[in-house]
Amino acid sequence: MEAKEKRITLNAKDLTIGYGKKIVAKDINLSLKAGELSAIVGINGIGKSTLLRTLGNLQPLIDGVIDIDGNSLTTYQPDQLATKISIVLTEPLIANNLTVFELIALGRQPYTNWWGTLRQRDTDKIKDTLHILDLINLKNKKCYELSDGQLQRVLLARALAQDTPIILLDEPTTHLDLYHKVHIFKLLKTIAHEMEKTIVLTTHEIEMAIQLCDNIVLLEGDKNTSGEPCELIAQHAFDTLFPSDTVSFDATTGTFKIEK
Amino acid sequence: MLGLILGVAFLANISLGSVMIPFSDTFRILFGGHIEHTSWDYIIWEYRIPKALTAILSGGGLALSGLLMQTLFRNPLAGPFVLGISSGASLGAAILIMGAGLFTGFTAFGIVNDLSIAMASSMGSFLVLLVVMAVASKIKDTMALLIIGLMFGSITAALVSVLSYFTEAEKLRQFVYWSFGSVGNLTWYQLTLLSSIVLLGILISISAIKSLNAYLLGERYAKSLGVNVKKSRYTIIITTGLLAGGITAFAGPIAFVGLAVPHLSRQIFDTTDHKILVPAVLIYGGILMLVCDTIAQWPGSEHILPINAITSIFGAPVVIWLLVNKRKMVF
Repeated sequence: MEAKEKRITLNAKDLTIGYGKKIVAKDINLSLKAGELSAIVGINGIGKSTLLRTLGNLQPLIDGVIDIDGNSLTTYQPDQLATKISIVLTEPLIANNLTVFELIALGRQPYTNWWGTLRQRDTDKIKDTLHILDLINLKNKKCYELSDGQLQRVLLARALAQDTPIILLDEPTTHLDLYHKVHIFKLLKTIAHEMEKTIVLTTHEIEMAIQLCDNIVLLEGDKNTSGEPCELIAQHAFDTLFPSDTVSFDATTGTFKIEK
Repeated sequence: MLGLILGVAFLANISLGSVMIPFSDTFRILFGGHIEHTSWDYIIWEYRIPKALTAILSGGGLALSGLLMQTLFRNPLAGPFVLGISSGASLGAAILIMGAGLFTGFTAFGIVNDLSIAMASSMGSFLVLLVVMAVASKIKDTMALLIIGLMFGSITAALVSVLSYFTEAEKLRQFVYWSFGSVGNLTWYQLTLLSSIVLLGILISISAIKSLNAYLLGERYAKSLGVNVKKSRYTIIITTGLLAGGITAFAGPIAFVGLAVPHLSRQIFDTTDHKILVPAVLIYGGILMLVCDTIAQWPGSEHILPINAITSIFGAPVVIWLLVNKRKMVF
């Protein structure tokens, strides 16, 4: 089946990111489409989370443009943007006395009235996400009672309940074991494909990203490339990611090898 | 249920005091019946009822501003006074009471009475609040703002110490009495003023409940949920200043209530939803202050103990007990 041309939802051109005058990374160009799972990868401290937060308007960009659904990020009011982008951050959840249901319900805030009343539409959406992420049995649990893997699913559910075309996740698989890492990755892939969402995550699991993501944004500081995993492998983009005397990349298997 | 406890505490508070008035007579006075002692009528209407109302308003208001601060800063140690509001009020009162003797230029301010102290302390607290607000516009990090508030508190407290050192015993005593806090001695006019301030604070807080719930996830999540973080941060800080500053002006710096009542309410209701917490802290704050005030003016005793001490002596063990007993802090 030949799919129709996918719609570009998130576009960044000549982007420079950082804090105030301190530039973290520049010349970032990416264009992400609806129905695609993308991963931002790179070594520690290269600016993956900074890029993610900049895309989500949680911190100002230094230079360049970001377009969301064809309009510049700066033209959106906070409440409008909340219906376009939802975010899952790495920072620990402080309010862990919320129940799973309450936490997910907060995702409906952009759609509720000033008092935050949940209407039929909202509770339907929350039930949907509970179902999709297999959280029905947990819905009355408090967040502190959950395991790391469950909590990550709940946070994802909250973002999903926000019903936005774009979902950004900052390192959704840290603290998880291999099985749960793969589980989250596959879940995200299914959601992106079936619900036509643009999902972007940062991760250190480059091998997993190569196998499961539709798109990879490779941050290297001065040179930043993005594209499909096989394209990037063909360009030898991963070869120089780590110092070659320690870790080297095997293009045929798409995996990294430790040099002994 | 809570309203009932509040009602009982209110009745207990106005029927008990240094002058023994039988319970039946208190009732008769309240509901317009005739009694023999007209002085009792005066005590109830002009002293005890305004005092009880002040206790409810200040307790509820301080508890509410404590809740706002704890949610905004996502810090269980925050209270209404973390922004230096209380120290600002102390400085205002200190300059009026003690400074008058030091600087001859201030002698025009020499008339020290309850009303002028109220004015000076509210001016002091708003001055500090203004400075903190100016800093807040530059600092984006809420945690840094919290620490800056505490630093301003230290500076003003230090200034008060310096003033105290140079002051004669008589004036010092007067200042110390103010710092004990008191919910008595408010006229009906002052009470109207206080209730309008507290009411305004409550209304703004109610309108902010939705964004307060978003703040539970932290400032970044709140922003991604469509909360106008800059605007709501200002709104919450100003509301706290209004409540804590206004109450301190009339009742003196009353410690503990603002910090503890939000914790009490969260423990008792086992929730962090502000739709429940806002009314809960208002009522609990009111009850706590009424009970403390009743203890402070122990029936039949001539002495009125400093309310500031009572709130902590009787309130702190309750909070400790709750935390130890439940082994888990709800926040």
